[in-house]
Amino acid sequence: MREIDVGRVTEAVQRMCISSNLHLPEDVKKALVRFHAAEDWRTAKVILSQLLKNCELAKKEEVPICQDTGMACVFLEVGQEVHLTGGNLYDAVNEGVRRGYIEGYLRKSVEADPIRRGNTEDNTPALITTDIVPGDQIRITVAPKGFGSENMSALKMLKPSAGLEGICDFILETVENAGPNPCPPIIVGAGIGGNFDHVALLAKKALLRPVGTHHPDPFYAALEDDLLERINALGIGPQGLGGRTTALGVNIETMPTHIAGMPCAVNIGCHVTRHETEVL
Amino acid sequence: MERHIDLPLTEETAMSLRVGDHVLLSGVLYTLRDAAHERMICQLEEGIPIPFDTKDAVVYYAGPSPAREGQVIGSAGPTTVGRMDKWTPQLIDLGVRGMVGKGKRSPKVIEMISRHHAVYFGAIGGAGALIATHIFKNELVAYEDLGPEAIRKLTVKDFPAIVIIDCEGNDFYELGRKRYLNDERSRLFHAVPEGVH
Repeated sequence: MREIDVGRVTEAVQRMCISSNLHLPEDVKKALVRFHAAEDWRTAKVILSQLLKNCELAKKEEVPICQDTGMACVFLEVGQEVHLTGGNLYDAVNEGVRRGYIEGYLRKSVEADPIRRGNTEDNTPALITTDIVPGDQIRITVAPKGFGSENMSALKMLKPSAGLEGICDFILETVENAGPNPCPPIIVGAGIGGNFDHVALLAKKALLRPVGTHHPDPFYAALEDDLLERINALGIGPQGLGGRTTALGVNIETMPTHIAGMPCAVNIGCHVTRHETEVL
Repeated sequence: MERHIDLPLTEETAMSLRVGDHVLLSGVLYTLRDAAHERMICQLEEGIPIPFDTKDAVVYYAGPSPAREGQVIGSAGPTTVGRMDKWTPQLIDLGVRGMVGKGKRSPKVIEMISRHHAVYFGAIGGAGALIATHIFKNELVAYEDLGPEAIRKLTVKDFPAIVIIDCEGNDFYELGRKRYLNDERSRLFHAVPEGVH
Protein backbone atom coordinates (compact mmCIF):
# COMPACT_ATOMS: atom_id res chain seq x y z
CA MET A 1 0.00 0.00 0.00
CA ARG A 2 1.42 3.39 -1.02
CA GLU A 3 0.03 6.50 0.60
CA ILE A 4 -0.65 9.54 -1.55
CA ASP A 5 -1.95 12.80 -0.11
CA VAL A 6 -4.85 14.17 -2.16
CA GLY A 7 -3.23 17.62 -1.90
CA ARG A 8 -0.82 16.40 -4.58
CA VAL A 9 -3.79 15.65 -6.81
CA THR A 10 -5.05 19.21 -6.32
CA GLU A 11 -1.66 20.63 -7.29
CA ALA A 12 -1.34 18.44 -10.37
CA VAL A 13 -4.85 19.28 -11.59
CA GLN A 14 -4.29 22.99 -11.00
CA ARG A 15 -1.01 22.90 -12.96
CA MET A 16 -2.48 20.97 -15.86
CA CYS A 17 -5.63 23.13 -16.15
CA ILE A 18 -3.42 26.15 -16.72
CA SER A 19 -0.72 24.53 -18.80
CA SER A 20 -3.05 22.63 -21.15
CA ASN A 21 -4.95 25.81 -21.98
CA LEU A 22 -1.75 27.68 -22.89
CA HIS A 23 0.18 24.94 -24.69
CA LEU A 24 -1.20 22.90 -27.55
CA PRO A 25 -0.17 19.22 -27.16
CA GLU A 26 2.82 18.27 -29.33
CA ASP A 27 0.82 15.67 -31.29
CA VAL A 28 -1.82 18.20 -32.39
CA LYS A 29 0.80 20.80 -33.19
CA LYS A 30 2.82 18.37 -35.30
CA ALA A 31 -0.33 17.41 -37.20
CA LEU A 32 -1.15 21.08 -37.83
CA VAL A 33 2.37 21.68 -39.17
CA ARG A 34 2.14 18.63 -41.41
CA PHE A 35 -1.28 19.51 -42.82
CA HIS A 36 -0.27 23.15 -43.28
CA ALA A 37 2.66 22.04 -45.43
CA ALA A 38 0.45 19.76 -47.53
CA GLU A 39 -2.50 22.16 -47.95
CA ASP A 40 -2.49 24.00 -51.27
CA TRP A 41 -5.87 25.78 -51.21
CA ARG A 42 -5.02 29.42 -50.52
CA THR A 43 -7.63 30.39 -47.89
CA ALA A 44 -7.10 27.08 -46.11
CA LYS A 45 -3.34 27.54 -45.96
CA VAL A 46 -3.68 31.10 -44.65
CA ILE A 47 -6.02 29.92 -41.88
CA LEU A 48 -3.73 27.04 -40.87
CA SER A 49 -0.74 29.37 -40.68
CA GLN A 50 -2.77 31.72 -38.44
CA LEU A 51 -3.67 28.83 -36.15
CA LEU A 52 0.01 28.00 -35.77
CA LYS A 53 0.80 31.65 -35.12
CA ASN A 54 -1.99 31.73 -32.52
CA CYS A 55 -0.40 28.82 -30.64
CA GLU A 56 2.98 30.51 -30.54
CA LEU A 57 1.38 33.71 -29.29
CA ALA A 58 -0.64 31.89 -26.62
CA LYS A 59 2.53 30.32 -25.23
CA LYS A 60 4.53 33.54 -25.34
CA GLU A 61 1.88 35.90 -23.93
CA GLU A 62 0.32 33.35 -21.55
CA VAL A 63 -3.10 33.86 -23.11
CA PRO A 64 -5.33 30.79 -23.58
CA ILE A 65 -5.13 29.33 -27.09
CA CYS A 66 -8.93 29.58 -27.23
CA GLN A 67 -11.25 31.64 -25.04
CA ASP A 68 -13.40 28.56 -24.50
CA THR A 69 -11.18 27.02 -21.88
CA GLY A 70 -13.81 24.33 -21.58
CA MET A 71 -15.24 22.10 -18.92
CA ALA A 72 -12.42 20.33 -17.12
CA CYS A 73 -12.62 16.65 -18.03
CA VAL A 74 -10.40 14.83 -15.54
CA PHE A 75 -9.49 11.18 -15.96
CA LEU A 76 -8.08 9.33 -12.97
CA GLU A 77 -6.44 5.95 -13.22
CA VAL A 78 -6.00 4.96 -9.61
CA GLY A 79 -3.71 2.06 -8.78
CA GLN A 80 -5.46 -0.42 -6.53
CA GLU A 81 -2.51 -0.37 -4.16
CA VAL A 82 -2.84 3.35 -3.51
CA HIS A 83 -4.19 4.58 -0.19
CA LEU A 84 -5.44 8.15 -0.51
CA THR A 85 -5.02 10.36 2.54
CA GLY A 86 -5.75 13.94 3.51
CA GLY A 87 -9.33 14.23 2.25
CA ASN A 88 -11.84 13.34 -0.42
CA LEU A 89 -10.35 12.62 -3.84
CA TYR A 90 -13.08 14.33 -5.89
CA ASP A 91 -13.02 17.41 -3.64
CA ALA A 92 -9.28 17.55 -4.27
CA VAL A 93 -9.80 17.42 -8.05
CA ASN A 94 -12.41 20.18 -7.90
CA GLU A 95 -10.14 22.32 -5.73
CA GLY A 96 -7.45 21.94 -8.40
CA VAL A 97 -9.88 23.03 -11.10
CA ARG A 98 -11.06 25.98 -8.99
CA ARG A 99 -7.50 27.20 -8.37
CA GLY A 100 -6.35 26.54 -11.91
CA TYR A 101 -9.20 28.43 -13.55
CA ILE A 102 -9.00 31.39 -11.18
CA GLU A 103 -5.22 31.72 -10.96
CA GLY A 104 -4.73 30.95 -14.65
CA TYR A 105 -7.19 33.62 -15.85
CA LEU A 106 -9.19 30.94 -17.62
CA ARG A 107 -12.83 31.43 -18.56
CA LYS A 108 -15.43 30.14 -16.12
CA SER A 109 -17.85 28.34 -18.41
CA VAL A 110 -19.84 26.07 -16.10
CA GLU A 111 -23.53 26.53 -15.31
CA ALA A 112 -24.84 25.14 -12.02
CA ASP A 113 -28.12 23.95 -13.51
CA PRO A 114 -28.72 22.86 -17.11
CA ILE A 115 -32.12 24.58 -17.43
CA ARG A 116 -32.16 27.31 -14.81
CA ARG A 117 -28.47 28.11 -15.58
CA GLY A 118 -26.29 30.28 -13.27
CA ASN A 119 -22.49 30.38 -13.59
CA THR A 120 -20.60 28.60 -10.77
CA GLU A 121 -17.83 31.20 -11.20
CA ASP A 122 -14.93 28.82 -10.63
CA ASN A 123 -15.48 26.33 -13.48
CA THR A 124 -16.36 23.50 -11.08
CA PRO A 125 -17.52 20.83 -10.99
CA ALA A 126 -15.03 18.91 -13.07
CA LEU A 127 -16.27 15.99 -15.15
CA ILE A 128 -14.43 13.13 -13.45
CA THR A 129 -13.94 9.63 -14.84
CA THR A 130 -12.21 7.10 -12.59
CA ASP A 131 -10.70 3.74 -13.44
CA ILE A 132 -9.17 1.40 -10.90
CA VAL A 133 -6.00 -0.13 -12.37
CA PRO A 134 -3.17 -2.36 -11.12
CA GLY A 135 -0.22 -0.71 -9.40
CA ASP A 136 0.54 1.93 -6.78
CA GLN A 137 0.39 5.15 -8.82
CA ILE A 138 -2.27 7.63 -9.90
CA ARG A 139 -2.28 8.73 -13.51
CA ILE A 140 -4.16 12.01 -13.98
CA THR A 141 -5.19 13.41 -17.34
CA VAL A 142 -6.76 16.84 -17.67
CA ALA A 143 -8.56 17.52 -20.96
CA PRO A 144 -10.44 20.84 -21.04
CA LYS A 145 -13.21 20.45 -23.60
CA GLY A 146 -14.87 23.35 -25.42
CA PHE A 147 -18.48 23.16 -26.46
CA GLY A 148 -18.25 24.44 -30.05
CA SER A 149 -17.09 20.94 -30.92
CA GLU A 150 -18.89 19.10 -28.11
CA ASN A 151 -22.25 20.39 -29.43
CA MET A 152 -21.61 18.80 -32.83
CA SER A 153 -21.01 15.32 -31.41
CA ALA A 154 -23.54 12.51 -31.87
CA LEU A 155 -24.46 9.01 -30.75
CA LYS A 156 -26.43 6.36 -32.62
CA MET A 157 -27.63 2.94 -31.54
CA LEU A 158 -26.84 1.21 -34.83
CA LYS A 159 -27.99 -2.38 -35.36
CA PRO A 160 -25.60 -5.17 -36.40
CA SER A 161 -27.13 -5.34 -39.89
CA ALA A 162 -25.88 -1.80 -40.59
CA GLY A 163 -22.37 -3.29 -40.70
CA LEU A 164 -19.15 -1.46 -41.34
CA GLU A 165 -20.87 0.70 -43.94
CA GLY A 166 -23.39 1.91 -41.36
CA ILE A 167 -20.57 2.92 -39.01
CA CYS A 168 -18.70 4.81 -41.75
CA ASP A 169 -21.87 6.54 -42.95
CA PHE A 170 -22.74 7.70 -39.43
CA ILE A 171 -19.24 9.07 -38.76
CA LEU A 172 -19.13 10.89 -42.12
CA GLU A 173 -22.66 12.22 -41.64
CA THR A 174 -21.73 13.60 -38.21
CA VAL A 175 -18.71 15.41 -39.65
CA GLU A 176 -20.81 16.72 -42.55
CA ASN A 177 -23.54 18.02 -40.22
CA ALA A 178 -20.91 19.68 -38.04
CA GLY A 179 -19.54 21.61 -41.05
CA PRO A 180 -17.82 24.82 -39.94
CA ASN A 181 -19.28 24.86 -36.40
CA PRO A 182 -16.68 22.85 -34.43
CA CYS A 183 -13.72 24.91 -35.73
CA PRO A 184 -12.17 22.55 -38.27
CA PRO A 185 -9.61 21.12 -38.68
CA ILE A 186 -11.13 18.71 -36.20
CA ILE A 187 -10.07 15.52 -34.50
CA VAL A 188 -12.66 12.77 -34.66
CA GLY A 189 -12.99 10.50 -31.64
CA ALA A 190 -15.19 7.52 -32.41
CA GLY A 191 -16.38 4.86 -29.99
CA ILE A 192 -17.83 1.61 -31.32
CA GLY A 193 -19.39 -1.12 -29.15
CA GLY A 194 -20.34 -1.37 -25.48
CA ASN A 195 -23.73 0.12 -24.66
CA PHE A 196 -25.36 3.57 -24.62
CA ASP A 197 -23.22 5.12 -21.86
CA HIS A 198 -19.95 3.27 -22.41
CA VAL A 199 -19.79 4.09 -26.12
CA ALA A 200 -19.88 7.82 -25.35
CA LEU A 201 -16.99 7.44 -22.93
CA LEU A 202 -15.05 5.43 -25.52
CA ALA A 203 -15.43 8.30 -28.00
CA LYS A 204 -14.22 10.79 -25.39
CA LYS A 205 -11.24 8.58 -24.52
CA ALA A 206 -10.43 8.27 -28.23
CA LEU A 207 -9.81 12.03 -28.23
CA LEU A 208 -7.20 11.62 -25.47
CA ARG A 209 -5.08 9.39 -27.68
CA PRO A 210 -2.37 11.33 -29.50
CA VAL A 211 -3.16 12.24 -33.12
CA GLY A 212 -1.17 9.99 -35.46
CA THR A 213 -1.32 6.92 -33.21
CA HIS A 214 -3.45 3.96 -34.23
CA HIS A 215 -5.85 1.40 -32.77
CA PRO A 216 -3.80 -1.72 -31.87
CA ASP A 217 -6.02 -3.91 -34.07
CA PRO A 218 -4.86 -3.54 -37.74
CA PHE A 219 -8.51 -3.72 -38.91
CA TYR A 220 -9.43 -0.59 -36.96
CA ALA A 221 -6.10 1.08 -37.67
CA ALA A 222 -6.86 0.77 -41.40
CA LEU A 223 -10.38 2.05 -40.79
CA GLU A 224 -8.95 5.14 -39.06
CA ASP A 225 -6.80 5.90 -42.10
CA ASP A 226 -9.64 5.22 -44.53
CA LEU A 227 -12.06 7.49 -42.65
CA LEU A 228 -9.49 10.28 -42.40
CA GLU A 229 -9.05 10.18 -46.15
CA ARG A 230 -12.80 10.18 -46.79
CA ILE A 231 -13.38 13.04 -44.34
CA ASN A 232 -10.64 15.09 -45.99
CA ALA A 233 -12.24 14.49 -49.39
CA LEU A 234 -15.42 16.25 -48.19
CA GLY A 235 -13.84 19.65 -48.89
CA ILE A 236 -15.13 21.34 -45.70
CA GLY A 237 -11.62 22.62 -44.95
CA PRO A 238 -10.24 24.83 -42.16
CA GLN A 239 -13.06 26.88 -40.60
CA GLY A 240 -15.42 25.35 -43.18
CA LEU A 241 -14.30 27.67 -45.97
CA GLY A 242 -13.07 24.92 -48.29
CA GLY A 243 -9.86 22.96 -48.46
CA ARG A 244 -8.36 19.56 -47.90
CA THR A 245 -7.70 19.87 -44.16
CA THR A 246 -11.03 19.05 -42.51
CA ALA A 247 -9.65 16.59 -39.94
CA LEU A 248 -6.18 16.09 -38.47
CA GLY A 249 -6.94 12.58 -37.32
CA VAL A 250 -9.52 9.89 -36.64
CA ASN A 251 -9.11 7.88 -33.44
CA ILE A 252 -11.30 4.84 -32.87
CA GLU A 253 -11.79 2.98 -29.59
CA THR A 254 -13.77 -0.24 -29.41
CA MET A 255 -15.20 -2.73 -26.91
CA PRO A 256 -17.39 -5.85 -26.99
CA THR A 257 -21.12 -5.30 -27.38
CA HIS A 258 -24.50 -7.10 -27.25
CA ILE A 259 -25.70 -9.56 -29.93
CA ALA A 260 -28.47 -7.09 -30.88
CA GLY A 261 -26.45 -3.91 -31.06
CA MET A 262 -23.60 -1.91 -32.61
CA PRO A 263 -23.56 1.47 -30.82
CA CYS A 264 -21.43 4.23 -32.28
CA ALA A 265 -20.56 7.60 -30.74
CA VAL A 266 -18.66 10.41 -32.42
CA ASN A 267 -17.04 12.99 -30.18
CA ILE A 268 -15.70 15.89 -32.21
CA GLY A 269 -12.60 17.69 -30.98
CA CYS A 270 -11.61 21.07 -32.39
CA HIS A 271 -8.08 21.99 -33.50
CA VAL A 272 -7.48 22.96 -29.85
CA THR A 273 -7.96 19.44 -28.50
CA ARG A 274 -6.12 19.74 -25.20
CA HIS A 275 -4.84 17.04 -22.91
CA GLU A 276 -2.06 16.72 -20.39
CA THR A 277 -1.06 13.84 -18.15
CA GLU A 278 0.89 13.50 -14.90
CA VAL A 279 1.68 10.39 -12.90
CA LEU A 280 1.88 10.56 -9.09
CA MET B 1 -5.99 41.74 -50.63
CA GLU B 2 -7.62 42.83 -47.37
CA ARG B 3 -10.03 45.75 -47.29
CA HIS B 4 -9.99 48.16 -44.36
CA ILE B 5 -13.48 48.69 -42.97
CA ASP B 6 -14.44 51.32 -40.40
CA LEU B 7 -17.18 50.63 -37.86
CA PRO B 8 -20.06 51.36 -37.30
CA LEU B 9 -20.88 49.69 -40.59
CA THR B 10 -22.87 51.85 -42.99
CA GLU B 11 -25.41 50.38 -45.36
CA GLU B 12 -23.31 51.57 -48.28
CA THR B 13 -20.20 49.75 -47.08
CA ALA B 14 -22.19 46.65 -46.21
CA MET B 15 -23.63 46.56 -49.72
CA SER B 16 -20.18 46.77 -51.27
CA LEU B 17 -18.93 43.62 -49.51
CA ARG B 18 -19.07 40.18 -51.11
CA VAL B 19 -18.55 36.66 -49.81
CA GLY B 20 -14.93 35.65 -49.54
CA ASP B 21 -13.69 39.23 -49.09
CA HIS B 22 -10.92 39.45 -46.50
CA VAL B 23 -11.47 42.51 -44.31
CA LEU B 24 -9.76 44.29 -41.42
CA LEU B 25 -12.32 45.86 -39.08
CA SER B 26 -11.55 48.99 -37.05
CA GLY B 27 -13.91 50.64 -34.58
CA VAL B 28 -16.38 49.25 -32.04
CA LEU B 29 -17.67 45.70 -31.63
CA TYR B 30 -20.22 44.70 -28.95
CA THR B 31 -19.80 41.21 -27.50
CA LEU B 32 -23.00 39.23 -27.26
CA ARG B 33 -23.71 35.64 -26.22
CA ASP B 34 -26.69 33.43 -25.40
CA ALA B 35 -27.54 34.73 -21.91
CA ALA B 36 -27.20 38.41 -22.86
CA HIS B 37 -29.47 37.93 -25.89
CA GLU B 38 -32.07 36.23 -23.75
CA ARG B 39 -32.07 38.98 -21.13
CA MET B 40 -31.90 41.84 -23.64
CA ILE B 41 -34.85 40.60 -25.69
CA CYS B 42 -36.92 39.85 -22.55
CA GLN B 43 -36.24 43.34 -21.22
CA LEU B 44 -37.06 44.88 -24.58
CA GLU B 45 -40.50 43.31 -24.39
CA GLU B 46 -40.91 45.02 -20.99
CA GLY B 47 -39.95 48.34 -22.57
CA ILE B 48 -36.33 48.51 -21.39
CA PRO B 49 -34.11 49.60 -24.31
CA ILE B 50 -31.10 47.67 -25.66
CA PRO B 51 -28.03 48.75 -23.64
CA PHE B 52 -26.05 49.94 -26.69
CA ASP B 53 -26.72 51.96 -29.84
CA THR B 54 -27.86 49.38 -32.36
CA LYS B 55 -27.86 51.62 -35.44
CA ASP B 56 -25.28 50.22 -37.87
CA ALA B 57 -23.71 48.42 -34.92
CA VAL B 58 -21.58 45.31 -35.34
CA VAL B 59 -21.95 42.60 -32.73
CA TYR B 60 -19.27 40.06 -31.93
CA TYR B 61 -20.45 36.67 -30.73
CA ALA B 62 -17.76 36.07 -28.14
CA GLY B 63 -17.14 35.44 -24.47
CA PRO B 64 -13.51 36.37 -23.83
CA SER B 65 -11.38 34.85 -21.09
CA PRO B 66 -10.35 37.24 -18.26
CA ALA B 67 -7.43 39.65 -18.77
CA ARG B 68 -4.25 39.28 -16.74
CA GLU B 69 -2.87 42.41 -15.14
CA GLY B 70 -1.55 44.70 -17.85
CA GLN B 71 -3.56 43.01 -20.60
CA VAL B 72 -6.61 44.56 -22.31
CA ILE B 73 -8.39 41.23 -22.65
CA GLY B 74 -7.70 37.50 -22.46
CA SER B 75 -8.30 35.11 -25.32
CA ALA B 76 -11.08 36.52 -27.51
CA GLY B 77 -12.11 34.35 -30.44
CA PRO B 78 -15.63 33.90 -31.84
CA THR B 79 -18.26 31.46 -30.59
CA THR B 80 -20.67 29.35 -32.67
CA VAL B 81 -23.45 31.67 -33.82
CA GLY B 82 -26.22 29.22 -34.66
CA ARG B 83 -27.32 29.34 -31.02
CA MET B 84 -28.12 33.01 -31.44
CA ASP B 85 -30.20 32.68 -34.63
CA LYS B 86 -33.41 32.72 -32.60
CA TRP B 87 -32.86 36.38 -31.61
CA THR B 88 -30.97 37.67 -34.67
CA PRO B 89 -33.98 38.81 -36.77
CA GLN B 90 -35.04 41.15 -33.94
CA LEU B 91 -31.53 42.59 -33.67
CA ILE B 92 -31.37 43.24 -37.40
CA ASP B 93 -34.79 44.91 -37.18
CA LEU B 94 -33.31 47.17 -34.51
CA GLY B 95 -30.58 48.33 -36.87
CA VAL B 96 -27.67 45.97 -36.23
CA ARG B 97 -25.74 45.93 -39.52
CA GLY B 98 -22.96 43.44 -38.94
CA MET B 99 -22.24 40.27 -37.01
CA VAL B 100 -18.92 38.56 -36.39
CA GLY B 101 -18.77 34.92 -35.34
CA LYS B 102 -18.22 31.43 -36.67
CA GLY B 103 -20.50 28.70 -37.93
CA LYS B 104 -23.64 28.24 -40.00
CA ARG B 105 -26.68 30.52 -39.93
CA SER B 106 -30.32 29.60 -40.41
CA PRO B 107 -32.16 30.29 -43.71
CA LYS B 108 -34.31 32.83 -41.83
CA VAL B 109 -31.22 34.78 -40.69
CA ILE B 110 -29.68 34.65 -44.16
CA GLU B 111 -32.90 36.06 -45.59
CA MET B 112 -32.92 38.87 -42.99
CA ILE B 113 -29.29 39.69 -43.78
CA SER B 114 -30.05 40.08 -47.46
CA ARG B 115 -33.35 41.95 -46.95
CA HIS B 116 -31.81 44.49 -44.56
CA HIS B 117 -28.42 44.81 -46.30
CA ALA B 118 -26.45 43.45 -43.37
CA VAL B 119 -23.28 41.30 -43.32
CA TYR B 120 -22.13 38.24 -41.41
CA PHE B 121 -18.36 38.04 -40.98
CA GLY B 122 -16.40 34.99 -39.93
CA ALA B 123 -13.48 35.31 -37.52
CA ILE B 124 -11.10 32.40 -37.02
CA GLY B 125 -12.50 30.10 -34.36
CA GLY B 126 -9.86 28.97 -31.90
CA ALA B 127 -7.48 31.83 -32.66
CA GLY B 128 -8.37 33.80 -29.54
CA ALA B 129 -4.82 34.77 -28.60
CA LEU B 130 -4.14 36.16 -32.07
CA ILE B 131 -7.45 38.03 -32.25
CA ALA B 132 -6.82 39.60 -28.81
CA THR B 133 -3.83 41.47 -30.27
CA HIS B 134 -6.30 43.52 -32.36
CA ILE B 135 -8.36 44.63 -29.34
CA PHE B 136 -7.23 47.87 -27.73
CA LYS B 137 -10.04 48.77 -25.36
CA ASN B 138 -12.44 46.59 -23.39
CA GLU B 139 -15.32 48.27 -21.52
CA LEU B 140 -18.24 46.73 -19.69
CA VAL B 141 -21.60 47.80 -21.13
CA ALA B 142 -24.15 45.70 -19.20
CA TYR B 143 -24.96 42.51 -17.31
CA GLU B 144 -21.72 42.15 -15.33
CA ASP B 145 -23.37 39.36 -13.34
CA LEU B 146 -23.32 37.19 -16.46
CA GLY B 147 -19.53 36.93 -16.21
CA PRO B 148 -18.11 35.81 -19.57
CA GLU B 149 -21.54 36.50 -21.11
CA ALA B 150 -21.67 40.20 -20.15
CA ILE B 151 -21.99 42.75 -22.97
CA ARG B 152 -18.66 44.45 -23.63
CA LYS B 153 -17.67 47.27 -25.91
CA LEU B 154 -14.44 46.37 -27.66
CA THR B 155 -12.42 48.90 -29.61
CA VAL B 156 -10.58 47.03 -32.33
CA LYS B 157 -8.02 47.87 -34.98
CA ASP B 158 -7.48 45.77 -38.10
CA PHE B 159 -9.49 42.89 -36.69
CA PRO B 160 -9.21 40.15 -39.36
CA ALA B 161 -12.42 38.62 -40.73
CA ILE B 162 -13.88 37.10 -43.88
CA VAL B 163 -17.31 37.91 -45.36
CA ILE B 164 -19.38 34.75 -44.94
CA ILE B 165 -22.88 36.00 -45.81
CA ASP B 166 -23.26 39.12 -47.92
CA CYS B 167 -26.23 41.39 -48.57
CA GLU B 168 -27.24 39.26 -51.55
CA GLY B 169 -27.63 36.26 -49.26
CA ASN B 170 -24.63 34.38 -50.66
CA ASP B 171 -23.12 31.92 -48.17
CA PHE B 172 -19.34 31.46 -48.27
CA TYR B 173 -19.55 28.18 -46.35
CA GLU B 174 -21.27 26.77 -49.44
CA LEU B 175 -19.43 28.75 -52.09
CA GLY B 176 -15.91 28.41 -50.66
CA ARG B 177 -16.29 24.67 -50.36
CA LYS B 178 -17.80 24.39 -53.85
CA ARG B 179 -14.95 26.38 -55.37
CA TYR B 180 -12.38 24.17 -53.68
CA LEU B 181 -14.11 20.93 -54.75
CA ASN B 182 -14.50 22.11 -58.36
CA ASP B 183 -10.83 23.05 -58.45
CA GLU B 184 -9.88 19.70 -56.92
CA ARG B 185 -11.98 17.84 -59.50
CA SER B 186 -10.46 19.68 -62.41
CA ARG B 187 -6.97 19.03 -61.03
CA LEU B 188 -7.72 15.32 -60.73
CA PHE B 189 -9.04 15.32 -64.31
CA HIS B 190 -5.92 16.98 -65.65
CA ALA B 191 -3.74 14.63 -63.63
CA VAL B 192 -4.90 11.62 -65.70
CA PRO B 193 -1.89 10.47 -67.78
CA GLU B 194 -1.88 11.28 -71.50
CA GLY B 195 -3.54 8.77 -73.78
CA VAL B 196 -5.93 7.50 -71.12
CA HIS B 197 -8.92 9.74 -71.81
